[in-house]
Amino acid sequence: MAKLASIFFSMMLVNNYVLVKFMGICPFLGVSKKLDSSVGMSAAVTFVMLMATAATWPIYNYLLIPNGLEYLSTIAFILIIAALVQLVEIILKKYIPGLYSSLGVYLPLITTNCAILGVTLLNVESGYTFVESMVASAGAGIGFLIAMVLFTGVRSTLEYAKPPKSFEGLPITLVAASLVAVSFMGFGGIIESLFGTF
Amino acid sequence: MGITSAIMIISGIGIIAAVMLVLAAKFMHVEEDERIGKIVECLPGANCGACGYAGCADYAKAIVEKDAEVNLCIPGGAAAAAGAAKVMGKVAGATAAMKAVVACQGFDCNTNKKYEYQGVTTCAAASKMFAGPSACAFGCVGFGDCVAACKFDALQIVNGVALVNMEKCTGCGACAKACPKSIIHMIPDDVNPVVLCQNTDKGAQTRKVCSTGCIGCMKCTKFCPTNAISVSNNLAVIDQDLCIACMQCADECPVNAIQLPNLRLYK
Repeated sequence: MAKLASIFFSMMLVNNYVLVKFMGICPFLGVSKKLDSSVGMSAAVTFVMLMATAATWPIYNYLLIPNGLEYLSTIAFILIIAALVQLVEIILKKYIPGLYSSLGVYLPLITTNCAILGVTLLNVESGYTFVESMVASAGAGIGFLIAMVLFTGVRSTLEYAKPPKSFEGLPITLVAASLVAVSFMGFGGIIESLFGTF
Repeated sequence: MGITSAIMIISGIGIIAAVMLVLAAKFMHVEEDERIGKIVECLPGANCGACGYAGCADYAKAIVEKDAEVNLCIPGGAAAAAGAAKVMGKVAGATAAMKAVVACQGFDCNTNKKYEYQGVTTCAAASKMFAGPSACAFGCVGFGDCVAACKFDALQIVNGVALVNMEKCTGCGACAKACPKSIIHMIPDDVNPVVLCQNTDKGAQTRKVCSTGCIGCMKCTKFCPTNAISVSNNLAVIDQDLCIACMQCADECPVNAIQLPNLRLYK
């Protein structure tokens, strides 16, 4: 149990996919202008991360490893995630139209998101069990949500800032993002202190 | 365990995924109004958002489900409106094609200069310095920020004032955004006259700096048969919805500030 908690919080804070591993920067910068769209995007990312892990972990362990095809995991995972997101979209549209209309815009966008692929690949490379992988994905998704919501707050303040002309727009946004990322460095080491090392 | 099995396994995953998607699309197909698809085909598919909806598909959906107007697509123009109207069984209204018009006649012969400007030759820079070199603080600066902004080569500075080529103008509005004086207006592309002046100073003051500036005399309001003209802040404004293009105001205007925009072509 302590190990699961350790994985969860480490994925959420210390190894935050956006701010520490720098994956999924595209939605992080693109959709962080408004709070509701950043929460919607994060919910979709978390959802797809969980689905993708649930689909790729068995395929990696029961299909690729026995055949010695670990080196093909990247291309196989891209294939699986792309098909999975399409499938999920169809299913949601049919059975849960409410969820579809709130996630619908973001689902196709994250089909090829590197944070999703990164989570699935790093999960299997870390040698996690299925449950550990799912917990890691959930932690990564929540971490994405935290990063998005925090950065939306930073960005709404940034709207009123008057940076020098050459910094307007994306440059100052990137500077702000890097400062938020630096603040996440402060979490380094707390997992070991809280849960011990494994 | 050579390359053959690798190819077969990856292809197998792909084929299984494809079959699942095809089956899902077939069995979990959501019935959509078939008119939506037909309207999407009529639209340009650029997803530019000029109609006010998230994209072409969203606009098509709004036409069918929310009874949106069929003539909102600016890039598609009349063809898209006609196509969408045919699908919906409606009559397409006129597409609101917009054209840019520069509301200033402060040509070098009409307006004096306050000072000789020597500096960065953009309107944005020049207008920061005592509102620009022109004696009129409201008028065209004439350094062509709008010309630079126009992607269609539809503007040109003639005698110190930007003129719009109505043939080339697509109504994108890029020039209106670029103008630091906000004197470029987007107006419906028809034959209504417009007040080609932005000067809100009192008449006597306007008269001193420009021979064709609106002096706010209100003569036009008295002649307008539809009461389409109102004067506020010493400046006449024509309501384009009420205007019937009778040209009474243009004939009566003592300073010739009211003109037809489409006569202002340059060749």
